[in-house]
Amino acid sequence: MIPTWDWCFRKEGWPVSRLLVYLIPFLVIAVFVAMARYERRFAHDPTHKGFFERNGTTLGIVFIALVAFWTLFLVVLPYLYMVQESFHPKLVAADRGGPKDILTTEQYRSFFVQPTDGEINTTHMGAFIFTLVISAIVTVLNFAICYPLAYYMAQAGSVQKVRLLMLALIVPYWVNEILRAFSLRLLLASKGLINQALMGLGLTDAPIDFLGSNVGLYVGLSYAYLLVMMFPLYNAVESLDKNQIEAARDLGAPWWRIHKDVVIPYAKPGIASGCTMVFMLSAGSLAAPQFLGGPKTLWFTSIVYDFFFQAFNWPRGAAYAFLLLAGCIALVMLMLRLFKVSLGETIK
Amino acid sequence: MSSQTIIKVMIGFYVALFFAYLFGPLAVMSVTAFNTPSYPSAYPLEGFTLDWFVKLWNHRAMMEGLRNSIIIGIGVICVSVPVGLAAAVVMNQIYHRARSLYYLVTVSPVLTPGVIIGISTVIFWRDFSEMTGTRGFFYKGIMLSIFGQSSFIAAYCLLIIMARLQRFDRAQEEAALDLGASYPQVFWHILLPFLRPALVSASVIAFLSSFENYNTTTFAILADKTLVTVLAGEVRQGTTPALSALAVIIIALSLLGAIAYEVVKRREERRSARIAERAKLAERGDLAAAVA
Repeated sequence: MIPTWDWCFRKEGWPVSRLLVYLIPFLVIAVFVAMARYERRFAHDPTHKGFFERNGTTLGIVFIALVAFWTLFLVVLPYLYMVQESFHPKLVAADRGGPKDILTTEQYRSFFVQPTDGEINTTHMGAFIFTLVISAIVTVLNFAICYPLAYYMAQAGSVQKVRLLMLALIVPYWVNEILRAFSLRLLLASKGLINQALMGLGLTDAPIDFLGSNVGLYVGLSYAYLLVMMFPLYNAVESLDKNQIEAARDLGAPWWRIHKDVVIPYAKPGIASGCTMVFMLSAGSLAAPQFLGGPKTLWFTSIVYDFFFQAFNWPRGAAYAFLLLAGCIALVMLMLRLFKVSLGETIK
Repeated sequence: MSSQTIIKVMIGFYVALFFAYLFGPLAVMSVTAFNTPSYPSAYPLEGFTLDWFVKLWNHRAMMEGLRNSIIIGIGVICVSVPVGLAAAVVMNQIYHRARSLYYLVTVSPVLTPGVIIGISTVIFWRDFSEMTGTRGFFYKGIMLSIFGQSSFIAAYCLLIIMARLQRFDRAQEEAALDLGASYPQVFWHILLPFLRPALVSASVIAFLSSFENYNTTTFAILADKTLVTVLAGEVRQGTTPALSALAVIIIALSLLGAIAYEVVKRREERRSARIAERAKLAERGDLAAAVA
């Protein structure tokens, strides 16, 4: 009997979608091993030895096993499974792998068109755009806040001073994200300290609704990822030769041109990596929107969260998670292209 | 000259503002932990109390969460430090495009939103454990949290260990090999001791990142609880100064850690300065002074 289209995409046995899930990692491994063996010949490696010769058989096997476990079972396979899940309908456990378990794009379609009434899904698309735009703004804001201090620490501070400043930067980050969001809520709530102060000074009569108007959310996101911006910036500026700045100054460059034409072009990879990290983290953040966002604010991760914990619609949650990842990566790539930074530079 | 003083004052003002932004919220929260009103407020100070610490101690769910968090943290160290070490050694032995591909795969979890790591971990292990009939062993909140967190914490460990490995002098390895050591012996007796500081800091970072993780854990923990997910539930329900009390404890521990680190560093610096001084004296042939 010739297998039908339907049969191919069921979960019984080894349907195509699952075969693909396992085939892709093996292809990647095959390509990787071939490349590694081929390129070792040109690497000017003084030992000229194969992997197992160099590390001993036992150690070599242990290394490979650990790395394979990580990359396969903790990284690649989970991603692929999530993508596979997003192409399935919502089913109860008993139906999974049964005849109803077909391959479908309904989860992705539901992002654009409401499945219930056929209307355009403005709620979710709006939340998607809102999330990306606000994350981008937070990224720019954090860059503006961190750049002066990073520059100051990297170029002006003594070793001891920098170490103290670093410690002072790190210590608040040992307090977890939830408690930091909580602390901001105490400040910004309608009965919080800032409103008390504003009213005490007679600047306003009624408390300002910082949380409802999303000010809390923006501050919370910026506050949460300040350090993530600071470190790459500091590292990038720190390796700049001070003589270059001196030279620019001697040639009569005003301070803003020193930054625009000397420091920032030099630190571009660090800036790009800091911005990428902050953007990805804030687009994927859960604590700040949950605890500091207004009641009507829809952050995209909160929608994903609700699909898992309230609607129990895992396939749709997976589809939305994948959309978020794809959207973020697309935007980051676009920005890197615009500012002419290569991805390789960024992650190094 | 006066324009330079203006710039200095401005920088000072900016640094002060920056750290006020960083520490202000935490300071206010700490005050609420000692204030009597049951809604956490810093002002007015109605009275000093330690009741909120007692409440915290008696909070059963939080203590259970703390226990799970510690178990998960230790599990994450056990998985991600060896994995990071192995990955760094492998990275050191591949080149060019193979290295770029390897780097992309291993560092991608750092950039992936934690929510997505949590979701994908749960979905994968649900299906995988069903397929292999190991559901009772793998499909557990603590196990999944260890796996989910390790996927990106191992990458942190890789980066930390890699940074030190790049400063390893290959001449040491060659000397050992010339003296008849085997490659595994080089690894155990030369490379591993050299990497020890990096392994220690990787373990510390691994534990701390695991302990405070929320995005991945909230999915991966399933029906169980960690300290952070309990906290999140509490904050969602409303606010109590007991949370501030917990923050005070964490801040105090962090400060102690930071001070200890600074003291150790200063002592090290003094010691190395002394050694340098002696070396200089010895160079001059002034051995007597060096011994004294």
